[in-house]
Amino acid sequence: MKKSIPSIILTVILFAIWQVIAMRMNASYILPSPIEIVKKIWELRDVLFTVHLPATMGVTSLGLVISIVLGLFLAIIMDLNEKIESALYPVIIASQTIPTTAIAPLFVLWFGYGIWSKVLVTILITFFPITITVYDGFKSTKREMEELLTTYGATKKDIFIKLKLPSALPYFFSAIKMAVPLSIIGAAIAEWLGAQSGLGYFSKRMMTQLDGAGVFAPVVVLSVVAMVLVGIIGIIENALIKWRKEI
Amino acid sequence: MLEFKDVTFKYAEDDFYMMKDLNFSVKKGEFVSLIGQSGCGKSTILRLINGLEKPEKGEILIDGKNINTLKDYCAFMPQKDLLFPWRTIEKNLCIPMEIKGVPKKDMHKKCVNVLEEVGLLDYIDKYPKDLSGGMKQRVSFARTILAGSDIMLLDEPFSALDSLTRMDMQEWLLKQWKHFGKTIIFITHDVEEAVFLSDAVYIIQDRPFKDMERVEIPEQYPKSREFLKRPDIVALREELIKKLRNRREEQ
Repeated sequence: MKKSIPSIILTVILFAIWQVIAMRMNASYILPSPIEIVKKIWELRDVLFTVHLPATMGVTSLGLVISIVLGLFLAIIMDLNEKIESALYPVIIASQTIPTTAIAPLFVLWFGYGIWSKVLVTILITFFPITITVYDGFKSTKREMEELLTTYGATKKDIFIKLKLPSALPYFFSAIKMAVPLSIIGAAIAEWLGAQSGLGYFSKRMMTQLDGAGVFAPVVVLSVVAMVLVGIIGIIENALIKWRKEI
Repeated sequence: MLEFKDVTFKYAEDDFYMMKDLNFSVKKGEFVSLIGQSGCGKSTILRLINGLEKPEKGEILIDGKNINTLKDYCAFMPQKDLLFPWRTIEKNLCIPMEIKGVPKKDMHKKCVNVLEEVGLLDYIDKYPKDLSGGMKQRVSFARTILAGSDIMLLDEPFSALDSLTRMDMQEWLLKQWKHFGKTIIFITHDVEEAVFLSDAVYIIQDRPFKDMERVEIPEQYPKSREFLKRPDIVALREELIKKLRNRREEQ
């Protein structure tokens, strides 16, 4: 708790400055004050939390699960086979040079306004950090430990299960902590570009109505959800990996 | 028991040979130390024995059979304890047995027995972080015992320990060696340690080395620190140090 005091103080100061500037500007369609945003969230709580948040979370969780499976699969096959690694690695890097916001409408064109176009955008943004971080985790295992297992007669599979998987676990959690906010951003972007529900879609609709606080309200909800999820993952990580510092 | 026959070896990235036509042997149940300066090739000999490196020429035999045709013939104890921090002490000890497919029930029994022998039974469910450096090395030794091979290769296992713990561990190792009756090949750059522990010391002097000079150490058991004060042992130790120094000056 003591550790978070400086960040809490800084956040309060930033919100206070924001509040003062917004009150001075007195143009909530351009810059609504934090208090106006909180009020707006309260006013719109029904539609935000029962309609749009579940829609966004549906896209996010589906995209995240597929990204984790895909990311782990790519990391594992790249670690197991050097040829696959040299073939895949550049392609994976190249996939990140695609401007997602530009390609997202194309997905809508291909897959329609249903959930899959948005899930695809989410995957495109999210699988990358999982693949690369977990792959780095596999590569981070100590050579001496690998050799020790080899002297016991370990096969590649033994080394992978007994050494590489546990060694990569801290990296996996780091990847998930990066991936959760990214998957939420991905889902929101996708909804912004073409959807019938979701917090991204709602934010866009509020913009067309020049409702500044209404634009911010779903964004704040998304940020809070992301922070809570990352916090929960952090707690699970600390409970599971008490040995992290000893690697 | 172990025999090097005309073994020639060089690392792929090096432009010099570590050894050329090397011949030496170790008898069953012997405690042999290899001494020499850093980088002289002591660890390479262990890497060749445990199969992590392959000789360019020649062969390594155990009881007359080429090691390429054998399995589980030696157990390696590295310089660092290399205990897995995510496994308890028992689970760490199980690693070689899991790989060899020992049934779970037997694994537990063997762990309990060996931990009793090394005096760490109370720590069976603890994690490596709960143990001191000396304790971790004892667990590492126990794990090497559980690998179940007759030849144990110990690569400077006490070099990271403080001097008092190190002395304790040396005396402890001698007792364990007598108890388990294994053949031990021990690497060290500490002449006193080699003299205290071994039946014989091999000195690595040249590179590429062809032969290693074998120096027999007078027998005495049980050994105490007093052994090192015997005039013949002091003289022997000085002679070994002189040989190693001469080599460095020549270089």
